[in-house]
Amino acid sequence: MNFFKRTIPMIIAFVMGLLMAFQYYVPHESSQNLLKVVTRWGMIISGFAMFIGAYSLFHMHWNRIRQKVSGWGYSIFVFIGAGITIIFGLLNGGEFFWNDKQAGTMFDWIFDNVQVPAGATIFSILAFFMASAAYRTFRARNKEATILLIAAIIVMLGRVPIGTMISQYIPVVADWIMSVPNLAAKRAILIGVSIGVIATSIKIIFGIERAYLGGGD
Amino acid sequence: MEKLLKIDRRIIFIFVALAVTIPLLFRFKMSVPPTRHVISMYDKIDSLSKDSHVLISFDYDPSSKEELQPMARALLHHCFKKDIKVIGMTLYPAGTGLADKAITEIGDEYGKRSGIDYVFLGFKAGSSLVILNMGEDIYTAFQKDFYGKKTAGMKALKGVSSLRDIDYAVNLTAGGIYEAWIVYGREKYNFDLGVGCTAVMGPEMYPFIQAKQLMGFLGGLKGAAEYETLVGHKDRAAAGMAPQSVVHVLVVCFILFGNFIYFTTGRKK
Amino acid sequence: MIKKTDISIMTWILIAFGIINIILLATGKLGFNAKGIGIITAVAITLAMYSFLYKDNPVFKIAENLFVGVAMGYSLIIIWFNILKPDVFEALIVPMFKDTEIGPQYSVIVPTLLGFFMFLRFSTKLSWLSRWSFAFIVGMGSGIAIPNFINAILLRQLEPMFAPLYTGSFWGTVNTILVLVGVVSVLFYFFFSMEHKGAIGGVSVVGVWFLMIAFGASFGYTVMARMSLLIGRMQFLLKDWLGIIQ
Repeated sequence: MNFFKRTIPMIIAFVMGLLMAFQYYVPHESSQNLLKVVTRWGMIISGFAMFIGAYSLFHMHWNRIRQKVSGWGYSIFVFIGAGITIIFGLLNGGEFFWNDKQAGTMFDWIFDNVQVPAGATIFSILAFFMASAAYRTFRARNKEATILLIAAIIVMLGRVPIGTMISQYIPVVADWIMSVPNLAAKRAILIGVSIGVIATSIKIIFGIERAYLGGGD
Repeated sequence: MEKLLKIDRRIIFIFVALAVTIPLLFRFKMSVPPTRHVISMYDKIDSLSKDSHVLISFDYDPSSKEELQPMARALLHHCFKKDIKVIGMTLYPAGTGLADKAITEIGDEYGKRSGIDYVFLGFKAGSSLVILNMGEDIYTAFQKDFYGKKTAGMKALKGVSSLRDIDYAVNLTAGGIYEAWIVYGREKYNFDLGVGCTAVMGPEMYPFIQAKQLMGFLGGLKGAAEYETLVGHKDRAAAGMAPQSVVHVLVVCFILFGNFIYFTTGRKK
Repeated sequence: MIKKTDISIMTWILIAFGIINIILLATGKLGFNAKGIGIITAVAITLAMYSFLYKDNPVFKIAENLFVGVAMGYSLIIIWFNILKPDVFEALIVPMFKDTEIGPQYSVIVPTLLGFFMFLRFSTKLSWLSRWSFAFIVGMGSGIAIPNFINAILLRQLEPMFAPLYTGSFWGTVNTILVLVGVVSVLFYFFFSMEHKGAIGGVSVVGVWFLMIAFGASFGYTVMARMSLLIGRMQFLLKDWLGIIQ
């Protein structure tokens, strides 16, 4: 049984990994067809995978309701929100879900008037907390923090029209910060992260990294 | 003095709200001179001939809508004004509603028709896999558009079989997907790519711009405002520059004042 | 604990919200139709979210949970219409039972099976089958990533670092040198996990300075982004709802 549980997945990862790495170097039509077929398969599997996220979310909130943990009542609203949206989505403006998606249905109305304002607002709340943090905790405690603080102030002023009004040099310095020191640091991070991606990929293909298999035997 | 550092944070919140609201109400006007990366995106699209194909990937959801939707709208104005065929798509499920709305509304303004002058392909999962699949064959990746119409033979896609045939692609991004567009799209299938991103991600784009992997870049609401100015269609982004300026000055004042108190009261924690 | 003052604040806000909407509807500034009611709903959600700024409260929590549910419901329906319906249902299942132009695409059986295997992750006996699906995706992703990342990131990002330092102008040359120094020193800082002393320590310190400037820039841009979101919401309230700005 161990063969099916551990060995086969590792063989699949190994074969797929090597196959796709070599595919890159073979510009033949059949090689391109292979890429076309497996990426299409991957897209479909990724579609199914999104249901796993949904299951986890609903499962978590269902457990909260079942175990009546503190604040469980709010979890009911997750089901109300999802339920109403799914029902209107399936109704599809009276055409039902097995037909093509219709425009301007109640499903779209919910998106425009519930999801969009909620999503946009919830992240804009951070604006207030960032201002508060800037006032309370952003201190020039040492040399490094002072450099960070000065760079932040110049960029903040240099990236909006008012910067030019204060001094014509502020946008110039801000632009220099972005295109020289920022570029250098971001490039180094990019190179570091990419080496990490490549190393992890090699480890996955050769079965050294197995976290994707999950726990258990 | 120290008491000032411990004021109720809601007082700070009120300052922020006022710094945003007052400039909006009194309509302070601020000129938004376009910067070089925005100009290079504008020039690229402007240089395209009628019936060229611009692909716009709306890779964001409502959480970054306020920054990226104005960008999308300004770009669409430019494309439709120039009779360029727009191919819309998204790699975010919640990007569909926003993208569809932007394309349809602005398309209607210019009398453009779905399937003929533009197409919205909808959403596919798998990010990099979608890009690779489109790089091989756009019609296997998207066999149907968002409303279920067959893509094969569609007028809006005439002359396009894969990403290689796209004249210019713009990735409007709220996450790391831009990297997939560069790695698996631009570098593999060799098309010109521009990125419009949230300001949070703006600094990450500079290495790619210098290495000429990106042609054109719009950063945050400011980028959108500059593009609106270039297209001659000033809208919400341009109007947002006055409050943006005032609130930035406010945050700078907060930092300076906070530090002033910190140092004058003997650097206590 | 909800205090009496909080309840009275809440009641007054609700009354004000109601009166403003009645005025807007009565004066025709908002139509009594899907669009008008939609704006009122969106404003209610927006204000419910902002109520968090006063303090964490039930109204915010209800709006937040409702949002989580709606967002998930929306995604599931979009996945059906954009992926499962065209790529599985209409490509494989419908043509098996009905005469269509093109026959069933049997190759879709493989990803469909692997897709269903993923759900077995939640079964106690058959969860191992889900590993096949993950192995397929992860293996394929790794294989594709290696050559593409080497080409598109490593080589292409290192390329400008090997260009001549002299660019034709004094400041251009200074900047090119600074970028080179910056990249090398930050990489030094990352890759030398030994104690940063002596020459390595010196280079690492320069690396830290570059990183600090970059973090400062990122902080500035993050403030810019969050404020833009707030500006957008304020524009919605003042323009789309109240109609007091053009």
